[in-house]
Amino acid sequence: MFGLRDGAVSRALYLAFCAFVFVFLVAPILVIVPLSFNAEPYFTFTEGMLRLDPDAWSLRWYDALVEDARWGRALANSLGIGVAAALLATVLGTVAALGLSNPAMPLRRLVTGILISPMVIPVIIAAAGMFFFYSDLRLTQSHFGLILAHAALGTPFVVITVTATLSGFDRNLVRASQSLGAGPLTTFRRVQLPLITPGVLSGALFAFAASFDEVVIVLFMGGLNQRTIPRQMWSGIREEISPTILAAATFLIAFALVFLFAVERLRSRTR
Amino acid sequence: MTERPAVGPPARTRLRAAGLTLPLVAFVGFSFLFPLGTMLSRSVYDPLVADALPETLALLEEWDGETLPGEPVFAAAARELGTALEGRLVGRLGGRVNRVASGMRSVIVRGARAAAEAPAATARETLMGGDPAWGEPATWRAIRTADERFTVRHYLRALDLDRDAGGSIVRQPEELRIYVPLLLRTLMVSGAVTLLCLLLGYPIAHLIANAPPRRARWLILLVLVPFWTSLLVRTTAWIVLLQTHGVVNSLLVALGIVADDGRIAMIYNMTGTLVAMTHVLLPFMVLPLYSVMRTIPPHFMRAASSLGANRRQSFFRVYWPLTLPGTAAGSLLVFILAIGYYITPALVGGSSGQLFSNMIAFHMQTSLNWGLAAALGGILFVVVGALYVVYDRLVGASSLKLG
Repeated sequence: MFGLRDGAVSRALYLAFCAFVFVFLVAPILVIVPLSFNAEPYFTFTEGMLRLDPDAWSLRWYDALVEDARWGRALANSLGIGVAAALLATVLGTVAALGLSNPAMPLRRLVTGILISPMVIPVIIAAAGMFFFYSDLRLTQSHFGLILAHAALGTPFVVITVTATLSGFDRNLVRASQSLGAGPLTTFRRVQLPLITPGVLSGALFAFAASFDEVVIVLFMGGLNQRTIPRQMWSGIREEISPTILAAATFLIAFALVFLFAVERLRSRTR
Repeated sequence: MTERPAVGPPARTRLRAAGLTLPLVAFVGFSFLFPLGTMLSRSVYDPLVADALPETLALLEEWDGETLPGEPVFAAAARELGTALEGRLVGRLGGRVNRVASGMRSVIVRGARAAAEAPAATARETLMGGDPAWGEPATWRAIRTADERFTVRHYLRALDLDRDAGGSIVRQPEELRIYVPLLLRTLMVSGAVTLLCLLLGYPIAHLIANAPPRRARWLILLVLVPFWTSLLVRTTAWIVLLQTHGVVNSLLVALGIVADDGRIAMIYNMTGTLVAMTHVLLPFMVLPLYSVMRTIPPHFMRAASSLGANRRQSFFRVYWPLTLPGTAAGSLLVFILAIGYYITPALVGGSSGQLFSNMIAFHMQTSLNWGLAAALGGILFVVVGALYVVYDRLVGASSLKLG
């Protein structure tokens, strides 16, 4: 539409710069996918790969990934902890968002601050604090402790998405429902919930993703039995750099795409 | 803020609204804020020595600090050190006293071992048999100094300050200043990442906001792909691309731009941290910018140019001011997130690209100086808290949106 100066040249420069930024955003992620099919244990394209020589491509890192029991356990841990944490965060977060978006809510600024804090406070401080506190309660090196910690990290996402859906919500519907004799619970179940369901679901997806991607708290609190996928990637990067982590990363990218499209679908339903 | 009815909502409605938030407030308080608080309290509250050596410290109260203490003090110390050894506290105890006077760790540990394993005729001979330093008043002074339950010492160290012999607070000699320069560097890196994100994010947010709806949806997906991709995956991607034998270097060598033995070190240093953090945080800049730019009607710009403004003027006088809310929201968000970053610097920062959070992790996990880790955490907490208050006043935390 416009660069800073008139003319086709500045327009072309502007588009080229934008193209560069989009490449910067996406290309590093996409580069991982072909490299995970490398037949050699290198992190770069071999000559054979560039010539499209079939021998230079292989599924060996995927074999390694599937055969390594640690990755399987990590996947089970990530899914289990993520689902439980997301459920907890979604229930608590949705209820809190209903209160928060009520115009009568007292102390809104303070309560919002408290509820958003897990998203804002650097996770390293939180992880250190949780390590001490949860080990006093004997909850370190336990799945339950990680679920509590991850649920806390996920709640701000639920509060934000549900509050956003509720901001477009016509409160007259609540009044209408109440004047027709419905109690608060019926009003919630029959009037509010159906309208905010997309927001609740996308909040749940965000909360799950927050747990599924979390590694700092797992590093501080988790034992060998609580290793999650990101934790396994972390030691993969630090200790035994092998293209196996590229194969795992490719799976995670596919996963991210599924989530992205799910959330976008839900979003288009709320508009 | 919604406008208030003239009378104000009835107390019952207010209570019900507050009651709905109560479970989550309690949950976040218990599982997140309370642990945070106890952690931060460690920076000023450190009862380890006071709890392990109560009798010794009580007897040392009456000691003149110049001559060697009497046999009862030695006896109490030997007994309490023996108990500490059984409770496996001696290592941490030694570390704690060591922070008062270096070299004390081994004195404490050897004394405790001697008390448990090689008792002599008197407690004094026992301890001095473990380490002759027990015969020096300086050792006892160090123990007496380490007894305070409440201390500002950790904060002094975290701010590169120290007490001189007279007890007044002085700055550390230049070569010993670590934490303030690191904090400044972290602030500078966060600022640089914020600027880079703004520079890269502003044009594409503008492009998306002015594209036809169908194309805009696809372009926004390109921004959201990295947003949803695991942080570990994105960090791996940059290692793959930037390492010495990675994709970029190999490409440069193949093109003859760089000699094979002259491959550029682009990762495991500050460059790696900057590039990877910019990539990770860019979506947080683009999304708030986009949502503000979308609401700016295109005819504003046409009006400006029909009134005689050239493109530069109409951009700087009309468009840019209108996007300031988005710029502020995105920049503050990126800055707040950058300042506490841990994983990316830890994995791609090498030794020169480490940030403040990495130092906290170091003192938590490696040096086990938890008091200092807590003090550093407290400083980080205050910085982030102040930025959050600015964000809340300027942008409004309740208007935070995701994607």
